[in-house]
Amino acid sequence: MNGILHLWLIPLLPFAGFLLNGILGRKLPKWLVTTVALAAPLAAFGVALGAAVSFSASNSLPWVETLPFAWINIAALHVNFSFVLDQLSLVMLLVVTGVGFLIHVYSVGYMDGDEGYARYFSYLNLFLFFMSVLVLAGNALMMFIGWEGVGLASYLLIGFYFQKKSAADAGKKAFIVNRIGDVGFLFAMFLLVANFGTLTFTEIAAKLGQCSGWTGGVVTVIALCLLLGAAGKSAQLPLYIWLPDAMEGPTPVSALIHAATMVTAGVYMIVRMHVLFNHSPFALGVVALVGAATALFAATIGLAQNDIKRVLAYSTISQLGYMFLACGVAAYSAAIFHLLTHAFFKALLFLAAGTVIHSLGGEQDLRRMGGLWKKLPVTFAVTTVGVLAIAGFPPFAGFFSKDAILYAAFLQQPHGRVLWAVGVVTALLTSFYMFRLWYMAFLGKPRSSDAPLHESPWSMRGPLVILAALSLGGGWIGIERTDGWLNMERFTSFLAPVVGAKSVAGGGARLELELSAIAVGAALLGWLVAYLFYRQSSTVPARLAAALPHGYKLLANKYYVDEIYGATVVKPLLGFSKYILGWVVEVGVLGGAAWLLAGSAKFVGAILQYWQSGNLRSYAAWLAVGAAAVLLFLLVPWATAWPATLDFVWKATGH
Amino acid sequence: MNSLFAQEVPLSWYLMLSAILFSLGVVGFLIKRNLITMFMSIELMLNAVNLSFVTFARQWSAVQGQLFVFFVMVVAAAEAAVGLAIIISVFRARATLAVDKLDRMKL
Repeated sequence: MNGILHLWLIPLLPFAGFLLNGILGRKLPKWLVTTVALAAPLAAFGVALGAAVSFSASNSLPWVETLPFAWINIAALHVNFSFVLDQLSLVMLLVVTGVGFLIHVYSVGYMDGDEGYARYFSYLNLFLFFMSVLVLAGNALMMFIGWEGVGLASYLLIGFYFQKKSAADAGKKAFIVNRIGDVGFLFAMFLLVANFGTLTFTEIAAKLGQCSGWTGGVVTVIALCLLLGAAGKSAQLPLYIWLPDAMEGPTPVSALIHAATMVTAGVYMIVRMHVLFNHSPFALGVVALVGAATALFAATIGLAQNDIKRVLAYSTISQLGYMFLACGVAAYSAAIFHLLTHAFFKALLFLAAGTVIHSLGGEQDLRRMGGLWKKLPVTFAVTTVGVLAIAGFPPFAGFFSKDAILYAAFLQQPHGRVLWAVGVVTALLTSFYMFRLWYMAFLGKPRSSDAPLHESPWSMRGPLVILAALSLGGGWIGIERTDGWLNMERFTSFLAPVVGAKSVAGGGARLELELSAIAVGAALLGWLVAYLFYRQSSTVPARLAAALPHGYKLLANKYYVDEIYGATVVKPLLGFSKYILGWVVEVGVLGGAAWLLAGSAKFVGAILQYWQSGNLRSYAAWLAVGAAAVLLFLLVPWATAWPATLDFVWKATGH
Repeated sequence: MNSLFAQEVPLSWYLMLSAILFSLGVVGFLIKRNLITMFMSIELMLNAVNLSFVTFARQWSAVQGQLFVFFVMVVAAAEAAVGLAIIISVFRARATLAVDKLDRMKL
């Protein structure tokens, strides 16, 4: 084993970039800020890539690196700063640093001329630091540092334009909703320490493996707590509400944090802790249910949104639902595969949307776009690739991963076919709203002003082209030629040492092909409907909305979930804070106690002040009398006898 | 030469003198109304104490008593400097040193 690998460099490099740009950024020249900001993720990507190359050659994963000093060492609890590199964290790390670097490059063009240029890049580097800590963590507490840290970076970047009230509010909303999930994660850690005495992933797995009696009960509770945490971070039902609002941040941020990397941390965490979930079929069932419900729910909302970024946000939630669905049927490698391809095509779609918004001078409403394909040919081309990929058409990346998930769901007993059906319907809806976006934004007649548009600089187009290539070919890493037929399980066998191979019973190449055909058919149907609605006769959607006013309003208003939460959670909480905590506790209890203390001190002082004559000679006289009394007490025997006599009398009277 | 002067002065005489000086200081402090006289009374008390320290030091051939006297003298010097400065500023402010009239601290 060559011990030259320095895993701690991967988080540390972006952190150095954060410090440099965060502290000195305003004074440094712009080219230097850019260099620092781009060098950090590039170097981290280089280290990760070097690790990938050297390990695929020497085949020596997992590689654990523990810093030579303990972090927490109390009684039975030992927590170290340990980094783990295995197949799982390697894939995730390459996504985070690779896609992260591309988005950094894109941001150079997108944020050019912004006042907070250096601040933006320091936050972005900070995010990469925490995200790589999260990915490389060898124990749950390290992961939690990264987990909270990316939440912080997300908050800072959503509220990047903090002068805008909606942006500041969206940042707060994201932060608070995430806190609810984090409570789950925290409780899971408490329970892990209480029941297993350790937070290290490998030790937990070992302890679970030793004793087969660990089923249900405590493990289920831990898994459900973890699921709550994952649902908060990955925007699943019922905690998804922060993600659509998070679109207030700059578009590259939406691409990096709220599509490609951070929101997938929940999926990553579940896969990382899959041993626990494997021991609790009930928790797995809940994961699958949450995933399937979220996928369908978010997809239906996506049908009726007119903000280009919100459509993408709901599609992100929906795709994350797919990943949870895959976790729920214990197809962890499929979940990570979809995470990977989703990172490519969703980052691509967001960045392309960013280009469109950038070119149109901040316009985000799909109804005021149209006919952009002639004006923004490169953007149009890459968006087409992204749309085909997310809709699941072969040979684009999304096809392979979505197919793997649906296949795994179909084979799951006993209710897998329901999950599969939900997945297929979601695929249809996804295809529909993505092509709707495509038709509305790029085809048809221009509905925007006739001002001449120009493509963005190459620093923005370059990442788009690279991501488009990855969206096109990224799925092929999952297939290889064996026995004269395509083996779709290459990615699974790559991840198998970490997550275990899922035994696919009753499957077969033929069944898989049939299922793929059905999924592609659904996607085609979605495309066809979108074509009829938005290309062929653009009056259909309006007539449909008029025919079903309630249904349309329900979708357009996102099922009124924000309003429901507002009425059932936020308002009572605010009322409780204002009336009970604010008035009764603050003013009544705390204010009353303070007033009582001050009042009694004042009262006693008012009485005692009359002893102070202000006459120096009287003070001196009291002093002399006191000194004389002490002398008397010390020197004269009968004076000392006084207390003894008193004591004697006291006792003699029967006490 | 067996006269009175050739004999050791007994210990009790020194202590008596010390006690008388101290009492004079206390009484002076209590009955005098002038701040400077009261201040001098304090000095008298300090020196009475010094006398008894030295007496005991000689009696028991112990050097600590003499050491203490030095400390007391140093502190007394410092106290005199500060005290006199205060007295001067009091006089400047109030044009009197009668303690019975210096009772502004009273409510």
